[in-house]
Amino acid sequence: MFGKFSLNAIPHEPIAAGGAASMVLGALAVVAALTFFKKWTWLWKEWITTVDHKKIGIMYVIVALIMLLRGFADASMMRLQAAISVGSNHGFLNADHYNQIFTAHGVIMIFFMAMPLMFGLFNLVVPLQIGARDVAFPFLNSLSFWLFVMGAMLVNLSLVVGEFAATGWLAYPPLSEVNYSPGVGVDYYIWALQISGIGSLISGINFFVTIIKMRAPGMSLMKMPVFIWTSLCTNILVMMVFPVLTATLAMLLVDRFFGFHFFTSDLGGNTMMYINLIWVWGHPEVYILVLPAFGIFSEIAAAFAQKKLFGYTSMVWATAAITLLSMLVWAHHFFTMGAGGNVNAVFGIATMIISIPTGVKVFNWLFTLFRGRLIFRTPLLWLIGFLITFTIGGMTGVMLSVPPSDFQFHNSMFLIAHFHNTIIGGVVFGYFAGIIYWFPKIMGFKLSEFLGKVAFGHWIVGFFVAFTPLYIVGLMGMTRRISHYESSTGWQPFLIVSFLGALIIGGGVAFQLLQIAFSFWKRKALRDKTGDPWNGRTLEWSIPSPPPFYNFAHIPTVIARDDFWEQKHNPEHPAHTKKPYEDIHMPRSSGLGFMIAVAAFALGFAMVWHIIWLAVLSFVAALVLIFVRSIDEHTEMTIPASEVERIEIELRKDAV
Amino acid sequence: MTSVAIHQTHHNHEHEADEKAAFGFWIYILTDCLLFATIFAVYAVLRPATFGGPGPAELFSLPYVLVETFLLLTSSFTFGMAMLGRQAGKPSRVLPWMVVTFVLGLSFVVLEVHEFAHLIAEGHGPQSNAFLSGFFGLVGTHGLHVSCGLIWMALMMFQVSRKGLTAPVARKLFNLSLFWHFLDIIWIFVFTFVYLMGAI
Repeated sequence: MFGKFSLNAIPHEPIAAGGAASMVLGALAVVAALTFFKKWTWLWKEWITTVDHKKIGIMYVIVALIMLLRGFADASMMRLQAAISVGSNHGFLNADHYNQIFTAHGVIMIFFMAMPLMFGLFNLVVPLQIGARDVAFPFLNSLSFWLFVMGAMLVNLSLVVGEFAATGWLAYPPLSEVNYSPGVGVDYYIWALQISGIGSLISGINFFVTIIKMRAPGMSLMKMPVFIWTSLCTNILVMMVFPVLTATLAMLLVDRFFGFHFFTSDLGGNTMMYINLIWVWGHPEVYILVLPAFGIFSEIAAAFAQKKLFGYTSMVWATAAITLLSMLVWAHHFFTMGAGGNVNAVFGIATMIISIPTGVKVFNWLFTLFRGRLIFRTPLLWLIGFLITFTIGGMTGVMLSVPPSDFQFHNSMFLIAHFHNTIIGGVVFGYFAGIIYWFPKIMGFKLSEFLGKVAFGHWIVGFFVAFTPLYIVGLMGMTRRISHYESSTGWQPFLIVSFLGALIIGGGVAFQLLQIAFSFWKRKALRDKTGDPWNGRTLEWSIPSPPPFYNFAHIPTVIARDDFWEQKHNPEHPAHTKKPYEDIHMPRSSGLGFMIAVAAFALGFAMVWHIIWLAVLSFVAALVLIFVRSIDEHTEMTIPASEVERIEIELRKDAV
Repeated sequence: MTSVAIHQTHHNHEHEADEKAAFGFWIYILTDCLLFATIFAVYAVLRPATFGGPGPAELFSLPYVLVETFLLLTSSFTFGMAMLGRQAGKPSRVLPWMVVTFVLGLSFVVLEVHEFAHLIAEGHGPQSNAFLSGFFGLVGTHGLHVSCGLIWMALMMFQVSRKGLTAPVARKLFNLSLFWHFLDIIWIFVFTFVYLMGAI
């Protein structure tokens, strides 16, 4: 009846049980608060069923930040364990639990923190920057979001019921095969990633079509803001490599579930094929994450230097070159596989070539800042922090790209320090900067500058204190994923410093939470009445903050690259001609996206625990729900011109 | 605004929605192509890994697969006839052709399931070795796609018969036809790489 599920699945060991209890109590607290304040209807009508890209974007960011806290808690536990687990002291985590924690840390930070933060920013910004009223497929947008949430819930559920994978974040076989990982951990991993991965693929298609088909008239490709360019290239990469991930995980699934031999170590299975396939997805994935951050920094550099971006055309070409090259370098993740000198040379050189377009970008940002009238607001600080940190990360990357030296660095802490240097210094700094930059547009008030600067200071100092020692212990020979070592290695002092760095970063996170809470409290004083708080250059700043649900009362006509800047300085711009208001068609809210995702969650849970009847039931339920959606022909509503006029007058009444 | 003008904007709006949906579906097809590309590559790698068991030449019967192939190719042609009926705006010319397509598609799936059952009964199931895992994985993925297409087709026949060829129905019919022809093309690759080249 319940498959492999029994009460033994609930963790008994104190630390794991504590994690489970905090998860359950947190969920109960949310339910209690919603009931007490009678907010269930509000939650359903305003948020769960919404197809408005701005609200979906806000939800993406909120869930991503919660998952950031979870991933950060995992990271702190790892650094603490590494600092104390020496000689006769075995730390506070046993080896199996430690393995689950580093796996969960990686999975959460990439799939359930970075990816949703990225799609959140796309949702918040892409339609506004191209002058559109929504994305191409608003319902699918809602479905994607809820699929991602359900994937994240499966990962968190594994803390309460069962266990998580202890295989590392990419679940290499044969370790992840059923012979060596017989528990439910890897199954949670597979289903969480499949469900959220399908959401990512749908989002990739959605934003690609949005950018290609829904740009305001006049916005030719070379008039698009650079953030739109990087979004476009990122979504092309998503569409190209997520199918590979889906196929690969499906093969691992049938290996485990039906006893196939794709990647097993017996009967002809090929483990290295899995590692090739997963990195065919995995390497482009890091560019999927970092390209939007490049776009954000391009917007910020121009806005806070008060001049146009230096080298727009070269920026576009560099983005396109990175998109192409990112798909040709995957084997540098396993030079030690033994593919031979020639193969390694090709992949090593291809990897080095990527640093050329990336270097072009760095110089473009520097030249944009050069002789600009710099306005030192928090987003600009993140940009400067990024330029320094990411350049160091890029240089250690070039060191790793040389196959003979990579044989020494492979799987060492040097590698760990390198990729955190690029992912934190590039992706995380970039997304934080983007959130601060666009926050007033979406929420209608700015974030506190002072607390933002304090948080930034903690992050940048904490980052170098935490990761510089990891480079050093890596060079001293420490490999990754070690839960215990001997004091004769001499690593401990460095790992203690690294733990202190993690604490400083923790201070940065605390100040960021405080910054949001404080700014919300002071939202009247921080109110953005103009809609254009930074003297911006692109279309999103031309409408009120927060924008009405239809974004643009009139679809703008674009004549220049930084079109809003052009509007402000050119009295002949078509935006200055008065036009009558017109009826607007908008999509209707729908709860079906949420329900389909819930069915997918039930299917995932049932398959993890081999509860066949529930799996069949939830699969059929999902099909029926999809059919119900497909026959619904009343998916749109019309807002009459008079209503649009009323809203516009209301929103612009206190504009300065 | 006059009623004619309102009608006009509404019409443009519908037209844009059609265009976006068709474009989006084309893009989806491309991503599905990449999914198949992955599985084809896996099959190519695992093809020699029979682990001492029989290879494709001993296991597959070409005449049997030829029948499957003709069923599927003919179903593409009959769906094309149904699409001509859609073009003419006549549900009465769409439905019969869809029924024929459905029957052909279903026969294809039945034959494939029979082939699989036969192999498993002979002791050549996907658990036997990596080559057979790759074979069942590749051909099975195509078969699953065809089965999903059949479910979709059944639902579309229901909608055409109840609502006629309204704009949303016509749009979905177009997407289904893309999907169906796409599966036909994938099958030609399966037939070539798995069966024909396997027979050499």
